Amino acid sequence: MATDQFEPRIVGFLCRWCSYTGADLAGTSRIQYPPNMTPIRVMCSGRVDPTFVVQAFAEGADGVMIAGCHPGDCHYDVGNYRAMRRVPMLKNLLEQFGISPERLMLTWVSASEGRKFAADVVTFTETLRRLGPLNFAGETKATDELNLKETAPAV
Amino acid sequence: MAKPKVAFYWCASCGGCEEAVVDLAEDILKVVEAVDIVLWPVALDFKLKDVEAMADGEIAVSFINGAVRLSEQEEWVQLLRRKSGLVVAFGSCSHLGGIPGLANLTTIEEIMANKYDRAPTIDNPDGTRPLPRPVVDGYELELPTPWNTVKRLDEVIEVDYYLPGCAPPPELIMTAVQAILAGELPPKGSVISPEKTLCESCPLNESKPDELVITEFKRVATSQPKPDECYLAQGFVCMGPATRSGCGERCIHGNMPCRGCFGPPPGARDQGTKLLSAIASAGAAENKDEADLFAKGFVDPAGTLYRFSVPSSILKRTLKGK
Repeated sequence: MATDQFEPRIVGFLCRWCSYTGADLAGTSRIQYPPNMTPIRVMCSGRVDPTFVVQAFAEGADGVMIAGCHPGDCHYDVGNYRAMRRVPMLKNLLEQFGISPERLMLTWVSASEGRKFAADVVTFTETLRRLGPLNFAGETKATDELNLKETAPAV
Repeated sequence: MAKPKVAFYWCASCGGCEEAVVDLAEDILKVVEAVDIVLWPVALDFKLKDVEAMADGEIAVSFINGAVRLSEQEEWVQLLRRKSGLVVAFGSCSHLGGIPGLANLTTIEEIMANKYDRAPTIDNPDGTRPLPRPVVDGYELELPTPWNTVKRLDEVIEVDYYLPGCAPPPELIMTAVQAILAGELPPKGSVISPEKTLCESCPLNESKPDELVITEFKRVATSQPKPDECYLAQGFVCMGPATRSGCGERCIHGNMPCRGCFGPPPGARDQGTKLLSAIASAGAAENKDEADLFAKGFVDPAGTLYRFSVPSSILKRTLKGK
């Protein structure tokens, strides 16, 4: 079905213990959700270095989702707490670089929550459709050449 | 045998790197004895045409400080690249983008508007702005044009070595000069500095707790750090864990948390996100609201985490003003 609607590209970092299994469950349960996310399995949401997130945006992602175990359920005890503390700070940083904080989503998905995983992908995809394409590298490159010639008022 | 020719040049910089060369004190005599300085705008009267008249590769080494943000600077560094055997990026600005690189968090238009219209000390009712080709007494002048994006030296020309620091400490400059004169050069592209992080050589490292916990952020503008305790443990943002050592811990000795001028250590691609990861993880927040509040206490994350390195960060500049 061809439509003109914008299809955002989402990079999803899914924890190996809960969220990736939850995504698997969504699949085996045949729950329908948008195919916009490229899942990357990581050992823990605490393993998601903020560098990975900015790299994803720099390489063309329209949104980044980090999904981990619910607080208290982390396989490594506190990894998801680290993710929870980093994300708000990273959102503030992204905002200074002109990237809407809404483009980064942190969510908790347990291994039994296939339905919640699908619902989160739906919500996030809709949010990104509303925000439109990011194209960070292309847009910033285009502004490099702006110089005084264009900004000076005509005499 | 003729003495090797050496050039010093400055781009978008404050002059502190020139000062660093002067800070060699008596050692500068050894340098002058061993080399022939053919260009040094701050001290000697050589012109563009003098450099143009040289053969390609005639200059043994050019030390270039400052970020590149003007058309004129681009022309100069390209000329120096052609005429030089080696190019050394001298100081944080040419290595990482430096303080001028913070301009990448806004736009050239915003900077011009602040400078020529909005600043409280400006009285400019006609909205006069500098023009690239002003006409004065019937003569058309050509002025350099600033770019929207400030660049590191190695984004414009090939760079052989990096001498980090704001400004590079004299000992490090002498190490580099002696290595070049003796022909004992590290692999091309090396940053001439130890590969450890600042924390490893920090005099306060002993006082760093095994598990760092930051409950809230403090700022040097509003509170005084204790001089004998790890600044991170006190809640001050210190770039130490994500910054290369080799500076002589000058800031720490001055009771100032590390500001990150030496750039990231080897293996860390992005200095800011690495430190963000370290300090945010050390937070004590137990739920989303606490985490939001904790993050809010960190004022100006981009300007702090990338104080010297916006142009060498992964994102390089803001999308704002697009």
